[in-house]
Amino acid sequence: MDDDAEIIAEFLVESHENLDQLDRDLVELEKAPGSRELLSSIFRTIHTIKGTSGFLAFNRLEALTHVGENLLSRLRDGEMEMTPQVAQVLLTMVDTVRALLEAVEASGSDAAGDADVDGVVAALKAVLEGPAETQVVPDVEAPADARVEVDVPEQTTVEAPVSESELDALEARLVAEVTADPVSDCVTVPAVDAAADAPNEDDTTRRAVDASVRVDVDLLDALVQLVGELVLTRNQVLQRTESQDDNELVRAVQRLDLVASELQEGIMKTRMQPIGQVWSKMPRIVRDLAVQLGRDVDLQMEGHDTELDRSLLEALKGPLTHLVRNALDHGIERPEDRAAAGKPVQGRLLLRAFHESGQVVVEISDDGAGIDPDHIASVAVKRGVITREQADRMEPRELVNLIFRPGFSTAAEVTNVSGRGVGMDVVRTNIERIGGTVDMQSQVGLGTTCRVRIPLTLAIIPALVVGEQGETYAIPQANLVELVRLEGEDLARGVENLAGAPVLRLRGHLLPLVSLAEVLGRERPTGDAMTVVVVQNDGQRFGLCVEEVHDTQEIVVKPIGRQLKMLPTYAGATIMGDGRVALILDVPGIAHAQNVAQVTESDVDSRAVAAEDSTALLVLEVSNGRRAALPLREVSRLEEFDVNRIERSGNAEAVQYRDGILPLVRLTSAIGLVETVRDDEQVSVVVHESDDHRVGIVIDRVLDVVEAAVVRSEVGRRAGVLGSAVIQDRVTDLVDLDAVVALTGVGA
Amino acid sequence: MAGSTLETMSPADAPSLADSQYCTFWVGDLFFGVSVAAVQEVLRYQELTAVPTGPEAVHGLINLRGQIVTALDLRCRLGLPPREDGVLPMNVIVRSRGEVVSLLVDDIGDVITVDTRTGGLTLEAAPANVPSVVRDVVTGVLALPDAILLVLDADRAADVPAAPDTTGGTA
Repeated sequence: MDDDAEIIAEFLVESHENLDQLDRDLVELEKAPGSRELLSSIFRTIHTIKGTSGFLAFNRLEALTHVGENLLSRLRDGEMEMTPQVAQVLLTMVDTVRALLEAVEASGSDAAGDADVDGVVAALKAVLEGPAETQVVPDVEAPADARVEVDVPEQTTVEAPVSESELDALEARLVAEVTADPVSDCVTVPAVDAAADAPNEDDTTRRAVDASVRVDVDLLDALVQLVGELVLTRNQVLQRTESQDDNELVRAVQRLDLVASELQEGIMKTRMQPIGQVWSKMPRIVRDLAVQLGRDVDLQMEGHDTELDRSLLEALKGPLTHLVRNALDHGIERPEDRAAAGKPVQGRLLLRAFHESGQVVVEISDDGAGIDPDHIASVAVKRGVITREQADRMEPRELVNLIFRPGFSTAAEVTNVSGRGVGMDVVRTNIERIGGTVDMQSQVGLGTTCRVRIPLTLAIIPALVVGEQGETYAIPQANLVELVRLEGEDLARGVENLAGAPVLRLRGHLLPLVSLAEVLGRERPTGDAMTVVVVQNDGQRFGLCVEEVHDTQEIVVKPIGRQLKMLPTYAGATIMGDGRVALILDVPGIAHAQNVAQVTESDVDSRAVAAEDSTALLVLEVSNGRRAALPLREVSRLEEFDVNRIERSGNAEAVQYRDGILPLVRLTSAIGLVETVRDDEQVSVVVHESDDHRVGIVIDRVLDVVEAAVVRSEVGRRAGVLGSAVIQDRVTDLVDLDAVVALTGVGA
Repeated sequence: MAGSTLETMSPADAPSLADSQYCTFWVGDLFFGVSVAAVQEVLRYQELTAVPTGPEAVHGLINLRGQIVTALDLRCRLGLPPREDGVLPMNVIVRSRGEVVSLLVDDIGDVITVDTRTGGLTLEAAPANVPSVVRDVVTGVLALPDAILLVLDADRAADVPAAPDTTGGTA
């Protein structure tokens, strides 16, 4: 009985693969009805399924595929034309075959299940006997077909006169072979898959058999596990033999090192699958949806070969499919609406996948109606997702991403495709569960791009090993940008310590600094040297100050126990060469926990939203909690002086500073506010230097350094104040620096 | 019964009464037993890698033949005062919720077999005056002839509550 089960299992696996190919071929055939190659391929597939079904006594399956085969035979012989109805009934047949296969999988027979086989058979027959045809007696032809079966392959290659459709097919193949990757024309996309792999039908079977082997997934996982252990042991052996005199041993260990590395690379590849697997299902999905929703869509897909770990791919299938459905349902408009808007009637849906700095990026773009931030805002407020005040303060991009919140749906009617308000937040949850992020960008009227980023968390990764107070930590190389070492003068000049917010000036940009010691809950160390590991997370950079940098190693990533999973600092753990455990730092987690996610790099992505103007501001407290802001570029440094260093000259105040006199102006009074009485021993002073003058502005305290797009309001405009803006949810006076400086009588 | 045993016991060695065989150990004055079926092995002190900012009861991570195991200090977990300086704990490696966890204890005892059918011993609920933090991790007590055995629920013992364990209940 086991043999039977094995045969059936193989039949199921093969058939599922074949059905996927059938979907693609049928969708293509609809667009290129004359393609003999497609027809032959489709015919062959159905024929195979029919044959095996008969052999395994799956009668319903056999009956269904039998009628399908007849229909295909008519199409292949040119006696029938491929029309949308024909395509539809064939696709329905494919779905029914799938349902029957499921029944076989579940119960070992195709008799169970609620697949409406008879209905589909009737539909197929109806199309066969359809209006334009002459005599059609499918059942009578059956025995004739049976005898002809053996000759089928030869027949298709022996046809001497080259017909129009054959020329078309040949041309398509040639075009496909020339335009390899990236493919920009949807018609040729599947043909690339078919043609590049199989320029000749016979070659297909030869190549498929030779080029790949089917391996049980559990066996592969076991191998991956073993290789992981091998890498660990190799690291240990390497460490021990570093100081050995035995040459033979050292050489042998070096060979071991090489072999282990190559083995590891090879085995990791077995876990990698191309995203083309997911792409390949899309033509059918898009076609069905387009028909159902009455849209005209041109689907383009790029990056079929982009690989990612099998488990990640599995987890992505659902979310990506939903995003595609969304693009069709809510994004691309009906043809008449598009025409009215002056757009081409056919909408464009582009699926792109590519690698970027240690991540796989998947983009789903459409040129549809786009998402209106104001509309989103009002719906969100109405549903209580956010308050009106919050909505007013959010930038358009933040508003657009509100659609990922639970319970959110703006669909006027909940279609059965999407719009239940449970889709997008489930998408985000599922993507975040595998450590990824998802983001929407949109322009009203022009289109929307949804970007999914998945970190490549393979089990073995290269990492930078750092030391902090005698402990070792690992930073994945995928997050690494560069290393900066600052000592003495450079340190003093490069690092600004703005009352708790350390910032490094690095090649014109401001880099927030985070001390690893502080991340680990300890005091930030002081010293005259600093080692900064510049890391990045999703386009945002910050500098992690560590005590020592050791070396780069390949480490096996092991998960940490459930008791530690909620800690944002750690992504996992590994065993170092000396057998000790080291924790792996979670760069995104640290970024969020330390609030360095605020300072964003300007987005130069040109696909959707244009870059916004934003400036770096120094936000200060003046008088009883009121806030003021200065452009950071005007700040030379921050100083603290003893109160008793302040000297008076007439009505003006000044301090002796750097071999000169620094005139002081009190910001609070300069912008017309009442000074709070402070009895601190120290005053905080913002030093503003320009070519010909230097002024010290006395402030209460520094609050923050913020990079934001400033929308100036005329409210509060007065002497010394240009206006106000909302920064960090608070109304903040924008200081008129020139006016304030002028109060000291210095400069122009 | 002071244990300096370094045996690695595997459930495969145990006879079929696995349910009433307990691996025993001391945490302070408390005498605990864990069903042998839940125990993977028992080890002497292993070097710990600390987890800064982690829960107080998690004293660190150990390398168990290439596997990284979280080590939970039961004294801490049960709100007892810490071990004296220089006294090293032992590792009781248990399986909990699909993961392997090490419970750090003071001393290892013998494996004892409790015959619950003929001996008249039944598992009783822990007395009400036992601190709640201890009662929470115990499925019951067995009144042995010369000791009271607290039967530990490995899963609950290995769960780390969100709030710190420093309040020790009624004790």
